[in-house]
Amino acid sequence: MSDSFAVMIVVATIASGIRLATPFLLASLGEALGQRSGVLNLGVDGVMLLGAFGAYYTVLQTSNPYYGLLVGISIGLLIGLFYGFITLNLRAEQGVSGIGIYLFGLGMSDLFFQKFVGTPRPILPFMPLDIPVLSGLPVVGEMLFQHSIIVYIAFGLVPLMSFVLHRTTYGLNIRAIGENPEAADSLGVSVMATRYSAIIIGNGLAGLAGAALAIELGIFQQNLTNAMGFIAIALVYFGAWSPKGVMIGSLVFGMVQSIVLQCKTFGVIPRSASDLAAMAPAVITILALVIVAKRFKQPSALTKPYVRGG
Amino acid sequence: MKKFSLSLSAVMLTLLLLCPSLLPASGKPLRVAIIAPSAQNDLAFTQSIVDGIKAIQKDREIDLAITDGTFVVEDAAAAIRDYAKKGYDLVIAHGSQYGGSLKEIAPDFPDIAFAWGTAADTFGLPNVSSYEAASDEGGYVMGVMAAAMSKKGGVGVVGPIEVGDAKLYVDGFVQGAKAQNSKIRAKVNYIGSFSDVALAAEAARAHIAAGADVLTGTAQMVVGAIGAARSKRVAWFGTQANQTELAPEIVVASQVYKWEVILKQILADMDNGVKGGKMYDINLANNGIVIKFNDAYKLAPGVKEAGMKAIAGIKDGSIKTGHK
Repeated sequence: MSDSFAVMIVVATIASGIRLATPFLLASLGEALGQRSGVLNLGVDGVMLLGAFGAYYTVLQTSNPYYGLLVGISIGLLIGLFYGFITLNLRAEQGVSGIGIYLFGLGMSDLFFQKFVGTPRPILPFMPLDIPVLSGLPVVGEMLFQHSIIVYIAFGLVPLMSFVLHRTTYGLNIRAIGENPEAADSLGVSVMATRYSAIIIGNGLAGLAGAALAIELGIFQQNLTNAMGFIAIALVYFGAWSPKGVMIGSLVFGMVQSIVLQCKTFGVIPRSASDLAAMAPAVITILALVIVAKRFKQPSALTKPYVRGG
Repeated sequence: MKKFSLSLSAVMLTLLLLCPSLLPASGKPLRVAIIAPSAQNDLAFTQSIVDGIKAIQKDREIDLAITDGTFVVEDAAAAIRDYAKKGYDLVIAHGSQYGGSLKEIAPDFPDIAFAWGTAADTFGLPNVSSYEAASDEGGYVMGVMAAAMSKKGGVGVVGPIEVGDAKLYVDGFVQGAKAQNSKIRAKVNYIGSFSDVALAAEAARAHIAAGADVLTGTAQMVVGAIGAARSKRVAWFGTQANQTELAPEIVVASQVYKWEVILKQILADMDNGVKGGKMYDINLANNGIVIKFNDAYKLAPGVKEAGMKAIAGIKDGSIKTGHK
């Protein structure tokens, strides 16, 4: 293998890992925000599926991927509102409610697809964004700067969310109600409003993750996400509820998937071990979770409904 | 007159008993259920069996029920048992992963005929038939054409898990490519999933980065790989169903399953009182497998001819695909 070919393969592997990490990153950022406010949402995958179908169908009708993104986000926001009503107003058990949302999304996205589309039909995917100067750089250009806009949005959200969580009053409120809602309430912070906003934004990001997946692939089919939403929830624990940690977790997961794919392509991993190798990203994530879980503490009020004076 | 009527009735009754295939014509449609892992319009594995039954419905009255999307085997098992309880005449478990469930369920319903595939095992049960596609044959033909049209000398395959007709197709494809060009780089990537569309897309991109300029793949998740091939304008060979409409600009040809060929045999056997214990297969020779070319794709001279030659060779036995 010549040096230039080896470099090309490394570049392709890293670029692939970044693409694979993107939907996980968007969904886990949203879930991290909700969990920091004390609300667990196990329905991320269902929200992603509905966002994916909404975006896919919109692009199919309009041929405009940006409209698709907007619809995907909007669907997520609406489900967030609904999930907030269930968990905050009705105080339903969060684990069970989340599974309900997942099953709803899984079933409805398939039903809508069968009803309104039928056979898979390709849509216009996002084209790589040509960033002046940077995309032309040797090696790094192709690796980091020839992705679609959604990749930059996802990674751009990491510093933005860090800033919001750690440098703004709103972020302080979210962290406070996730740890001690009684104390936050006594200081005049509206627990209900803050949690509502975190859930709505979090689900909006899950909808965006689904939309990004469908538009990036240029197709929709039954259960398109293939349980990505559940991996995203695990990545929140992996990333210790911090945007940077979640980003690292998503990148590790995506990169391992990509490296395994390349190794299989070049026969480094024999075909007899192919199925075992496919489990590598999940195994590594679980191992990391075991290590991380001992070092970091989850938000104290996570999954606990807040009742003033209760 | 009364005597004549009695005689006529006796003759009719005897005819019906001797020739049970006349029975459905008396009004009661045959009840057939299909349980399949992916969507019934997936342009791949599940759609192929649904299309097969629908083709038979043109000639015969069939009451068809479909439970699709049963990636979870336990869900499929529940559906199989439910259809058997409801007294369906034929229950088709369309997925090699359903074999274990069928082995347990079929003995509880000796009057119901079951069929499952793609597989070659009837478990020694008298009411279970199995069916298989000689997808290695179509794979071989596709491999020959892929190698003939590759300019870079590299072809790539995106597979799910190394089992069933997916393995047959992939092995046949590699064999055909190497038969056409012994120096061809034929790389295979089993992604370990039948449903991970995103991973299939990245596997296709990995092949392209590794120098493949012609791709193929099998199972439901290949819609992602086709999208990736389409974005890079890399030629694609399809299988299981005609995939041309997914990307008319890159799909060269598709191996299409015509399950109606063996379904007709199964129904004919059922008409004669045989509920199972037999194995059936579709192949190029019995026209259960056909190669559909995309007329809009402009092939280089000699490519289609190489494919047609391979088809003729497989049919007359002069070409072996390496399977069996």
